[in-house]
Amino acid sequence: MKARVEITLKQGVLDPQGKAIANALEQMGFAGVAGVRQGKVIEIELAETDARRAEESVRSMCERLLANRVIEDYTVELGI
Amino acid sequence: MQAVVIVFPGSNCDRDVAVALERAAGKPPLMIWHRETDLPLADLIVLPGGFSYGDYLRAGAMAAQSPVMREVRARAGAGVPVLGICNGFQILTECGLLPGALLRNSGLAFVCRDVWLRVETADSVHTRAYRPGEVVRFPIAHHDGNFRADPDTVRALEDGDRIAFRYCNPAGEVGGGANPNGSVDDIAGILNERRNVLGLMPHPERLADPRLGGADGARMFAGLVQALA
Repeated sequence: MKARVEITLKQGVLDPQGKAIANALEQMGFAGVAGVRQGKVIEIELAETDARRAEESVRSMCERLLANRVIEDYTVELGI
Repeated sequence: MQAVVIVFPGSNCDRDVAVALERAAGKPPLMIWHRETDLPLADLIVLPGGFSYGDYLRAGAMAAQSPVMREVRARAGAGVPVLGICNGFQILTECGLLPGALLRNSGLAFVCRDVWLRVETADSVHTRAYRPGEVVRFPIAHHDGNFRADPDTVRALEDGDRIAFRYCNPAGEVGGGANPNGSVDDIAGILNERRNVLGLMPHPERLADPRLGGADGARMFAGLVQALA
């Protein structure tokens, strides 16, 4: 089973990279960019076939390593 | 005083800090590879600067999971002094020994230069050789030194006298342009609640010899040796 983890900075945590991207877009002439937040995506191949157990395991990975819960939020999406 | 320096793949200030420690203590620290699960008896544990694991995922995140860190956490919990410099500070926050997190510098650039720091507390084995309010000069060299913590945590650090160093101008004034990375409250280094764990982004070991342009950092190691000998 495949898992897709999306990690984003928590609301309120300043994202200088997102800000730089927004500035660049504006300079390129893209009007109306109200804000950009940059995150990361991690794809994980799991041997587990049970969706509930797979999600539990990936959430534990997020809590312990993949995300820093002081500054980051995450979402887990399971595929086939 | 017997110090140990933990060496991670990608540490690059391990030898610099070993030189500074040996000069202060009169004997070299033990260099311990991060795969070790046992630590020799030590009066001080140092997590050196560098780019452990190439800063993959987040600076310090992988090193915080290294086998040796279980023992480092246990020793810190038992009161053994720990010093984390730069990447060492990042590792200490990632492994939960210090609160907060270190984000990308607000200016996005890697910053490598000397900075002025105001000593905020002398109440620790690490800072006892300085006077509170004193201004010292240490180098910084980092990309991810922007200290963040939620407002309650920052207040707890302040109320507990746990902010060890703040970025300042040469006159000792904090706020404004002296902050090189956007850290909240101009924080450059913090202590844990028990005051035996210090993490700081600037490098005391890099200005620990007058021949290299300054020796403000040497006093940190001299103070540690005095306290722990």
